[in-house]
Amino acid sequence: MSHKRVIVVGGGLAGLSTSMKLAEEGVAVDLFSLVPVKRSHSVCAQGGINACNDVARQQGYSEWEHFDETVFGGDFLANQPPVLEMARMAPSIIDMLDRMGVPFSRTPEGNRDLRLFGGSLYKRTFYAGATTGQQLLYALDEQVRHHEVQGHITKYEFWEFLAPVMDPEGRCVGIVAQDMRTMQIRSFRADAVVMATGGNGLLFGQSTMSIICTGSGTARCYQIGAKLGNPEFVQVHPTAIPGEDKCRLMSESARGEGGRLWVPKKRNDTRHPNDIPEAERDYFLERLYPKYKNIVPRDIATREIFYICEQGYGIGGGQMVYLDLTEKATGIPYETLKRKLGGILEIYKKFRGVDPLLEPMKIYPAVHYSMGGLWVDFARDDKTGGLKKADPRNQMTNITGLYAAGEADYQYHGANRLGANSLLSCIFTGLFMAPGIRKFIESRPPVADQSQQLYDTAVEKQKAAQTRLLNSKGSDNPYMLHRELGRAMSDNVTIIRCNSKLRQTLELIESLKDRFQNNLGLPDSGLWNNQSLAFARACWDMMLLSEAITMAALARDESRGSHFKIPDELMERHDLPLDQRSLPRDDEHWLKTTLVSYVDGKAVLSYEPVDVSLVAPRARNYGKVTAPAAPEGTKEPLAAAH
Amino acid sequence: MITPADTPKTVKLNILRQDTPDSQPYWQNFEVPCSESSNVTSLLRSISANPVTAQGTKVAPPAYEASCLEEVCGSCTMVINGRVRQACSTLIRKIQAQNPGEPITIEPMTKFPVIRDLVVDRSRMFENLKRIKAWIPIDGTFNLGPGPKITPEEQEIMYPLSRCMTCGSCLEACPQFTRDNAFVGAQIFSIARYYNMHPNGQKDKDARMEVLMGDGGITDCGNAQNCVKVCPKDIPLTESIGVIGRAATVYSIKKFFGK
Repeated sequence: MSHKRVIVVGGGLAGLSTSMKLAEEGVAVDLFSLVPVKRSHSVCAQGGINACNDVARQQGYSEWEHFDETVFGGDFLANQPPVLEMARMAPSIIDMLDRMGVPFSRTPEGNRDLRLFGGSLYKRTFYAGATTGQQLLYALDEQVRHHEVQGHITKYEFWEFLAPVMDPEGRCVGIVAQDMRTMQIRSFRADAVVMATGGNGLLFGQSTMSIICTGSGTARCYQIGAKLGNPEFVQVHPTAIPGEDKCRLMSESARGEGGRLWVPKKRNDTRHPNDIPEAERDYFLERLYPKYKNIVPRDIATREIFYICEQGYGIGGGQMVYLDLTEKATGIPYETLKRKLGGILEIYKKFRGVDPLLEPMKIYPAVHYSMGGLWVDFARDDKTGGLKKADPRNQMTNITGLYAAGEADYQYHGANRLGANSLLSCIFTGLFMAPGIRKFIESRPPVADQSQQLYDTAVEKQKAAQTRLLNSKGSDNPYMLHRELGRAMSDNVTIIRCNSKLRQTLELIESLKDRFQNNLGLPDSGLWNNQSLAFARACWDMMLLSEAITMAALARDESRGSHFKIPDELMERHDLPLDQRSLPRDDEHWLKTTLVSYVDGKAVLSYEPVDVSLVAPRARNYGKVTAPAAPEGTKEPLAAAH
Repeated sequence: MITPADTPKTVKLNILRQDTPDSQPYWQNFEVPCSESSNVTSLLRSISANPVTAQGTKVAPPAYEASCLEEVCGSCTMVINGRVRQACSTLIRKIQAQNPGEPITIEPMTKFPVIRDLVVDRSRMFENLKRIKAWIPIDGTFNLGPGPKITPEEQEIMYPLSRCMTCGSCLEACPQFTRDNAFVGAQIFSIARYYNMHPNGQKDKDARMEVLMGDGGITDCGNAQNCVKVCPKDIPLTESIGVIGRAATVYSIKKFFGK
């Protein structure tokens, strides 16, 4: 085995868990990352990680319930066997993390504490304060460092993945990568390659994602023939601090721990929030969803916030609502919430200058997570309803030998991801796929036998592309092109979508692509740590992904999960509630997975059926009340409920 | 974006630049638009979009590291107005209020080799994590049940220690830590304390103490206490130094008597 190697691109939770498990399987791993892996975007995850547990089990919860909530939360777009397998493995993943020393928050008796999270009525979310992603990432980083010391894993940090290397039969046999400091471009052989490169939030301009989340890893595989699955499904998280450079996440755990969303009942109420009495506040999610209250899934909470602001009830008439963690609203003592949520409270305090336990936070939705990503396969096990263990097909893209894991794949979250399922899917995919990858590389001739020419040609191609970029002398700065792209994508392809705006966006993307190819000007033409060059390359990738997202959204004439479409003629009908304006979910025509292929420089759509073999799709409304409860103190129609 | 009266419309930045690891550093001045919520990374980003100096010269954009922009990844650590901090959480309105009208100075950290401009090589910190075995040894990833129970009191000591993002602020501020000595610094003492506390991490405690009592170890700490003042995560670093110091004493006595 020792002469065969696997490359893992990306050092977040998915990349680290894949690397760790492969090392344990005796496979040598080369791990590539843009940043020291400890600085990967997983560090930003706050709220927790879901798994069935003893307490919930005794209240009637089970792995099956976790599975069911996840596919229901995803509006039935996820293939069901992989989700069931993930839910089944979740409890053992928590135990493994516990053995690795993750400082999970504890109960008085020393057990791992649990909190409530969106889309569930059971406490099934384990957490470490409000920095769970950071704590999980560090634990896996340490395990990988241990393997590194033992010689099982070699890290290439500050290296950028440029392209897969393909053999004449269409198998991925390695990668071309660049040292971002010396700018050396070289090839690396690999018997299999795993893409664990995360989401693509940066193409929306501002999102809650780190600025390294460009989606380039995915886009570079897409350009050599890997298919995208469901790219139009983009999660907009309900609660973030709006910002000009980034929208900073305020975790769903704030609501899981008792935080409440509200707006003043009176439009343009100029009073300080602490001076607005209880009776003059509209806790709109509690009014509309008496069962789930503030922890309805994210797509739903986001649309309710959008709608209530559209109706003029946002703070000061603008696009913001209150997220209230004060003792007055929650009844929970200051010190308790400080202990449980310290990490996010600090962020708010640092960036807004206000203690959110003393004064309600001002928040608005922001792009947060890419449900779509590289299409990957799975091997269904008819006996268990889940997946076949150690099957090479699990997590393989349509390119032989090219795998994807974590947010970079499309597999687990359907049309909307439930909170605290992303850390789980990242770690699950890594652990679960590794034995299958080992089997795959054992069954294939070693890439050590491939001709060197194959690799040299791939390197030359990248060098030529780099030379073209370095010599571009036009007037369009890549950062400015990105700003234009981000603005259009944010305005037209997020919370609500309509076909005319989507068409306009496609036209704009086309013109940006044209300007990139014919009028780009790189502000730095040097060959030492040239960040403008790397950004320009990512900018092109973001344009291609934006095109795929927008085209897929345009084609999908229904509403499902995060994709919410309003016919053009109803866009301005603000007198109607959102769900009377939108197209309904249409299982007959649209219960299918979008596939996007890159053919001759164009995105081409096709579809395949969703595996719904375990639970039949059902209506999804989380018990929304049908009659609007007129708020006191106003005769105006408020966020109506249907 | 509404700009309150106390936020200037533009701000002057003096950036210390260096083209390559071996070349001479030089200052360059910029004047960039600024809003109420601007921070140092957002201004560096706008220079990248329009890299022209205050004198009107087109230049290559300054290189810098940044990723999460919410002070949890540690990437964008640099020296701003003479103090080490994260550029993303350094709000312009706040530091301008301290020195109204004065240019903001931005320099790379001085205790690590410069790669280019504001980018430095902090690999020494990660290498030191290897030396002290900063991990819990486990019997593999298979389903082997939960880890040991931890009391909430223990967790509340360990969790803050585990929030160290390896940013290097404590080392930049430390008078003992220099580019060419072997001192490991507060970061390592605090992480070692974390692993020494964990029931299974204790297995490597002796090996850890050997490193911490060797060249560049705990005896080199001058107790200046600068580290704890600059730590962005308020990690009780001096407390960790005290704990490791006492553990070192106990370990030497144990060793003297042959354990």
